[in-house]
Amino acid sequence: MPGPANPGFDTLAVHAGAAPDPATGARAVPIHLTTSFVFESSDHAASLFNMERSGHVYSRLSNPTNAVFEERIAALEGGSGAIATASGQAALHLAIATIAGAGSHVVASSALYGGSHNLLQYTLPRFGITTTFVAPGDHAGWRAAVRPQTRLLFGETLGNPGLDVLDVPTVAQIAHDHHLPLLVDSTFTTPWLMRPFEHGADLLYHSATKFLSGHGTVIGGVLVDSGSFDWDAAHAASGRFAELTEPYDGFHGMVFSEESTIGAFLLRARREGLRDFGASMSPHTAWLVLQGLETLPLRMARHVENTRKIVAFLAGHERVERVAYPELETHPDHALAKRLLPRGAGAVFSFDLRGSREQGRAFIEALRIFSHLANVGDCRSLVIHPASTTHFRMDDAALARAGIGPGTIRLSIGLEDADDLIEDLKRALKAAAALR
Amino acid sequence: MKLTVASAAGPREAYAYTGGKPFDAGLPCVVFVHGALHDHSGWTLAARWFAHHGHAVLAVDLPGHGRSGGAPLESVEAIADWLLRLLDAAGVGAASLVGHSMGSLIALEAAARAPERARHLVMVGTAYPMAVAPALLDSAARDPLAAIDSVNVFSHSTIAGKPSYPGPGTWLHGANRALMRRVQAGGQAGNVFLVDFRACDRYGAGIEAAAKVACPATLILGARDQMTLPSRSGELARALKAAVVTLAAGHALMTEAPDALLGALRDALGVGLPA
Repeated sequence: MPGPANPGFDTLAVHAGAAPDPATGARAVPIHLTTSFVFESSDHAASLFNMERSGHVYSRLSNPTNAVFEERIAALEGGSGAIATASGQAALHLAIATIAGAGSHVVASSALYGGSHNLLQYTLPRFGITTTFVAPGDHAGWRAAVRPQTRLLFGETLGNPGLDVLDVPTVAQIAHDHHLPLLVDSTFTTPWLMRPFEHGADLLYHSATKFLSGHGTVIGGVLVDSGSFDWDAAHAASGRFAELTEPYDGFHGMVFSEESTIGAFLLRARREGLRDFGASMSPHTAWLVLQGLETLPLRMARHVENTRKIVAFLAGHERVERVAYPELETHPDHALAKRLLPRGAGAVFSFDLRGSREQGRAFIEALRIFSHLANVGDCRSLVIHPASTTHFRMDDAALARAGIGPGTIRLSIGLEDADDLIEDLKRALKAAAALR
Repeated sequence: MKLTVASAAGPREAYAYTGGKPFDAGLPCVVFVHGALHDHSGWTLAARWFAHHGHAVLAVDLPGHGRSGGAPLESVEAIADWLLRLLDAAGVGAASLVGHSMGSLIALEAAARAPERARHLVMVGTAYPMAVAPALLDSAARDPLAAIDSVNVFSHSTIAGKPSYPGPGTWLHGANRALMRRVQAGGQAGNVFLVDFRACDRYGAGIEAAAKVACPATLILGARDQMTLPSRSGELARALKAAVVTLAAGHALMTEAPDALLGALRDALGVGLPA
């Protein structure tokens, strides 16, 4: 698509990074299911390996279909580039591993997806990377937790599952005051609801499994760089980030921040992280995510519209003790949500049933449209009991810190008719009440 | 590498990217000059290629840009003088001068001021005069970030630049915007955007300079360039007796068409592929 107009979000969702295939004229993005790409000559091969030319060598490192997805999500986020990964967890690991190593430290929100908590609390310490967890709204706590060894601050735009709204501008400022980047997990908000780079975040990632694809058929992730964090300045001020600012023996002695003033992080992440850890995305997966991404604006609008109707229904129901949705005035982050999430606070939220654990189980088992499974962000409506599934490794104290009770139910609202979803919930609430 | 460049105010440190190899002044030298509100990183692919194919390379950061300190210089003539002094500092007698946009005017003026030191002149994404709309200069003075967004839109001709730059997965619009913002933020002495664009706008010696150039000259233009329209380079091309190559790209030729640009640069500098 030619310039010079600055395309809007919906146009970018359909077109960014893609043009008719020059070889065949194919209008839709082709799936380049190939491991590798033929070199034109020995000199061409050497030039690609030595970064004298741009292009594709081997699909673990880059692939034309993946590149369309990467450029498109970077465009939607207002970033400089992206790397598609095998999963959201792989994106988080790639982000941390690119700038942290043994002896490094992370400051993270305590309201995290259980898988992210596992990685930080249990797995990364085996590799010498430790984490201090801070309540997302405890700004003094974020500041106090920073150490000389800290390499990044990390939180979710909407904390899982209580929907704590991360005050991205404030936490980003705290990070920048310490010459550190802020990484956020934007899975729950997508760029349609919030573009964290506009609020000061430096890096973000998505589980593309969720709203970006929306069809619940693939596992994938993507790491996006704003290009705004000055790694050289941070290195000069703090001595950190030599990985990006000093020669790297593992790639021809390259100084990544010299090679690309604003792309150093992604260069190292791709040239080291994808190369060596290998958690890359299949081109078929990238293609499937792109099918979803094209309709992201339409779907997110409907997700939010349905969610508002269901939140209103549950908030007024006698069997419901509490609904945790930031658009409700009862939510502690209501004011923050109005400021940072004017289009809506997403389509995943939790509520607490009045009654026993057995009644909670009866509620879930009586649902017919909502599917009981461990995912969110599907076109289908989903339900889960966090305390026994996604967060089951947490003890009660950690659960409480994350805002989860034993009777908390998490819903992910899909694209069905809202009236049908409400009928399903009414039936399940009635079944739960019948156990009394 | 860091160089110490003489100036009226005393020696000043400057930075030049050398293409991933130690600089060897004994090799044929190619100097790459970036455009307004940019730095060396727009040239790194081409610079690496030439550095690994028998050349010494200096992709400079102009004063007040990127890794070169000080204030940005206010005229094309002053920057051309600085460039020649940088060659002195690097121990380079003669070099091929390659510039993009504002950098192309600097290369032209340097080749005119010291014809014996220019082996080739390559002007990429160029036009003469390089007049800047008064509204843009006004915007640059009042709201440089908005002006950056405007220039960024007009610098690109596609939202699907392949294979992208410096590698796949880079969103060219976002990367260019981030780079311009970084250079603007790094300016130690005021508004780099305004100083650079005013230098382009005020440069009025292009045709006289072209008459003094003694080396072969090539203009590499973007067919879809909305910043320096290809139709506005004819007088300059005639004055230089330059070869004109037009690529399928906008103003951001290095990032939108890196392979085609490399081919055109090789042709312009007479550098073949290894047998």
